[in-house]
Amino acid sequence: MKQTIAIFLLVLIGIGLLNIISEMPKFGEKGNPAQNEIYERYTEKSQKETGSLNMVSAIITDYRAFDTLGEATVLFATIAAIYATLMSAVAHKKRDNNRNKKHGDDQ
Amino acid sequence: MKFADDIVNTVTRIILPFIMLFGFYLIFQVHLSPGGGFSGGTVIGSGFVLFSLSFGISVQEKKLSHRTSALLESYGGLLYIFLGLLGVLTGYNFLTNNPVFPLGKPGNLFSSGLVLIVNIGLGIKVASTIITLFDSLGGEDLE
Repeated sequence: MKQTIAIFLLVLIGIGLLNIISEMPKFGEKGNPAQNEIYERYTEKSQKETGSLNMVSAIITDYRAFDTLGEATVLFATIAAIYATLMSAVAHKKRDNNRNKKHGDDQ
Repeated sequence: MKFADDIVNTVTRIILPFIMLFGFYLIFQVHLSPGGGFSGGTVIGSGFVLFSLSFGISVQEKKLSHRTSALLESYGGLLYIFLGLLGVLTGYNFLTNNPVFPLGKPGNLFSSGLVLIVNIGLGIKVASTIITLFDSLGGEDLE
């Protein structure tokens, strides 16, 4: 029964998503919302404004540099979380080892 | 944590300089050819991972210590923010390129101001992120 309800709901969601996709603008067609003045600015002026021949790096580290700063922050948060988790485990282990050693000395 | 394998050791010894060179190429040619701080940093970090897999993590500790890579990780991000703040200090927006940094002639190695310097910072950060991640995952025998 549970499975039937789950499958029914999934099919319902799938039909909704497919409906949304069928409403989307066709790929590469003229007059799409993505084909606005921004890409003209990038293709025509990015070399003059940033001095970079590589348009992709001109976008990600000049026009969208603040976005890339967020990306770097995500990396930093990841490594901080991993460090906090794993290194605290190592520290616990070390403390336990020390305590066991001390206990052994007492005996 | 180490492969006791002659094939891996020999191949690593031959190929490691080229991996590092390719990583630096990707970072420093960011404004001329495909590449960037993220991909170049990943290549350099993977080179260090290969090095410590084949020669042992204690040998890698001598070349680039755990503490140094953790510090580089923070200072790569701080370099990025500092370069952005230079724009604010000189009276422009955060992370301004053109008036703050000289653009140079497009096509030269040292051109395009902020794009190159920021990607160097990003490369340092990404490379040391991978090294720190690997060291803390496999580095229980460090201390």
